[in-house]
Amino acid sequence: MQATSDEVLIGRIASGDRLAMQVLFARHHVRVYRFVLRLVREETKAEDLISEVFLDVWRQADRFEGRSAVSTWLLAIARFKALSALRRRPDEELDEEAAEAIEDPGDDPEQALAKKDKSAVIRKCLEGLSADHREIIDLVYYHEKSVEEVAEIVGIPENTVKTRMFYARKKLAELLKAAGIERGWP
Amino acid sequence: MTILNKEAPERQDLEALLPWHAAGTLARHDTDRVTRALATDRDLQLQYDLVREELNETIHLNEMLGAPSSRCMEKLFAAIEAEGSKAPARRSFDFAGRISEFMAGFAPRKLAWAASAAVFAIVAQAAVLTTVAIKDPNVAVYEPASFRSIDDAQVVIRFVPQATVGDITKFLDAHHAVVVDGPKRGSLYSLRLPTASADKPEMTKLVQRMQAESKIVEFIATRE
Repeated sequence: MQATSDEVLIGRIASGDRLAMQVLFARHHVRVYRFVLRLVREETKAEDLISEVFLDVWRQADRFEGRSAVSTWLLAIARFKALSALRRRPDEELDEEAAEAIEDPGDDPEQALAKKDKSAVIRKCLEGLSADHREIIDLVYYHEKSVEEVAEIVGIPENTVKTRMFYARKKLAELLKAAGIERGWP
Repeated sequence: MTILNKEAPERQDLEALLPWHAAGTLARHDTDRVTRALATDRDLQLQYDLVREELNETIHLNEMLGAPSSRCMEKLFAAIEAEGSKAPARRSFDFAGRISEFMAGFAPRKLAWAASAAVFAIVAQAAVLTTVAIKDPNVAVYEPASFRSIDDAQVVIRFVPQATVGDITKFLDAHHAVVVDGPKRGSLYSLRLPTASADKPEMTKLVQRMQAESKIVEFIATRE
């Protein structure tokens, strides 16, 4: 049996079909949650935000025109909600990032290296990237979004998407180098 | 085969596309370009290995984030309940919506009679076919694998669009029914009914009882 497409579900949601809403939620909520959590870095806040994201879907399903994939639309709404929530945070809570995460004595990358766990260090450095860089890396690598889809979600030109991804990777390489992993690039 | 200078714009463009190539989200034309370049450019291959390593760890990192608690689903559906029923939206070509709208034009009593007649016709047809099959042992009867157990009594159902998740859950509990398939075309779901319902007269009574719940059930029919 072929699963009902997201687009068909959105059509049903527009007609007030709550069961279709449940199916769409079950299908996408984990990925949307992870995307939001990587941006806001707070589980409770991320959970609240995905409820809001899907409530927007419920309210605005009739406005979905099908020009992009439903998952792209969901991530665009989620991003807007996450950034709005971050803007409401007091300045001192705004995260800036990289070196702090890397130089934290509790999770010393040298220790991880001593354990020969290169993967753990790469993940630590991925967490240490700026919000913009984390976002683009997640969208490309984890959410499997094309250049065009990332441009739509983030609201930037396609060439900027490529440039931002390049600089995100470059920054990652710098963080890895600082953590003792020389990759030979850039 | 020409290997491009690292500073050449085309080489830089290819390099920029590597993350999407690794994720499998490039258009065919760009995929072919990158594949050709990777076959001959050793530096680009090394870069690609790094990209694949990053991709792997990004997936690992995200998968370690876990899943949200059931709280957010409860919160969402509580908010939806609080908003009440919304008027069906008219989309550009919403055939199902238009059919529903057309059906809504009939009086509820007339609709109930029509639905009951439809259920009766389906049950009667199934009974006739079954009788023919039993009488003539040479007739091969198609029996889908999923329906082979005599304990499996199934119905196809469509809920009214305004039915809440809570309503449907209560309805399923009350009839000891379980959703086993769907939604399929036409918002149809397959329900498995309790073992005793495999008995035909009992099954007919149960379907009629379910059909009577018109606030939940829009359409119901047995499956043979």
